[in-house]
Amino acid sequence: MPNILIVEDSPTMRQLISFAMRRIQGSKVIEATDGVDALKKLSSEKVDLILADINMPVMDGLKLVSLVRGNPIYKDIPIIIITTEGAEEDKKKALAIGANAYLPKPIQTQELIKLVNSILGG
Amino acid sequence: MERESNITRKADEFLQIFRKGEEFTHELLKENEKLRFRVAQLEETIAQAGDEARVKLYDERIKLLDDELNSLKERYQRVEEENKDFANKYIEVEEENNNLANLYVASYQLHSTLDFNEVLKIVLEIVINLIGAEKFAVLLLEDKTNELVPVGAEGISLADIPKVRFGEGIIGNAAKEGESYFSGDVHSKGSIADNKPIVCIPLKIKEHVIGVIAIYSLLIQKEKFSNIDYELFNLLAGHAATAIFSSRLYTQSERKLTTIQSFMDLLKEKQRR
Repeated sequence: MPNILIVEDSPTMRQLISFAMRRIQGSKVIEATDGVDALKKLSSEKVDLILADINMPVMDGLKLVSLVRGNPIYKDIPIIIITTEGAEEDKKKALAIGANAYLPKPIQTQELIKLVNSILGG
Repeated sequence: MERESNITRKADEFLQIFRKGEEFTHELLKENEKLRFRVAQLEETIAQAGDEARVKLYDERIKLLDDELNSLKERYQRVEEENKDFANKYIEVEEENNNLANLYVASYQLHSTLDFNEVLKIVLEIVINLIGAEKFAVLLLEDKTNELVPVGAEGISLADIPKVRFGEGIIGNAAKEGESYFSGDVHSKGSIADNKPIVCIPLKIKEHVIGVIAIYSLLIQKEKFSNIDYELFNLLAGHAATAIFSSRLYTQSERKLTTIQSFMDLLKEKQRR
């Protein structure tokens, strides 16, 4: 029963990703509006996967990835970046700091579900 | 003498009978041999006939099994084809489901608030996140001046977007005609200063145009418009227009109500004095 944390400032995208993740059997969706909110949720809930946007107020997605990877408790949680930044250098940068996968927007829901399943499945 | 001849005659008779008996026995033995031979022959024939019948039976069974196998192969192929059809249909249904989810979320969000600025923000979010536009603007029609005035933008400064006269250029014309405009090449860069977008969607309440969404460029990863994009454009044309219009009216009436309320309070205060 995976707990999936969605970190996204746009309510529209949050709802859309949440819709998609609820289709994964047994999943529980936790929502956060930015990096700081995500860290709060991480400290209070067990999280198996993080889906994070890059451009967010207060704390962006890349900073969140760095902090998660630097924390001995959360460092092994897989992270998928979902962003409007589609340039190759942005992708390389995100993967270099520890993101597991990088999905540019607009996302294809089937593609996201497939990716999440493959990451959660091992 | 006579007695002697009687004995001799009887002995001859006995000998004759004995010889006949011997001959008969020989004949019986021969017949027996013949019958045994015949029985052996018949047994062999029966055995051979049994083998042939069995072979014939096996042939028939092989033929039946062959027919059954071919029929099963045909059925298997049919089922496999049906499976492929179902798999394709499943993919189509999945895609349709996802598209509907996108449309539902967009529609839900558009009507989730009566705050004009929030509605505008949601319109921008939908155009960025669900359509994949990089630079675009929302322009609303000012009835007094008959101009389309920019009220929201992404990727460009609001100040850089010129006002457009109703009916002029691509944007003005899309607003006047109420028809969406799509440039042939979605990867070309539109010109903001010259009011030449690559896509222009009129925001309509029935046939009444209240504004437009003008897209000047798409995100680098957006290769082409898909069916869901056109569905979203249609949804935006109607639902965004209604949401913007009603939120605008609500904000205006709220403002007016506050003003009237303040005025009433002032009057009451004056009467009390």
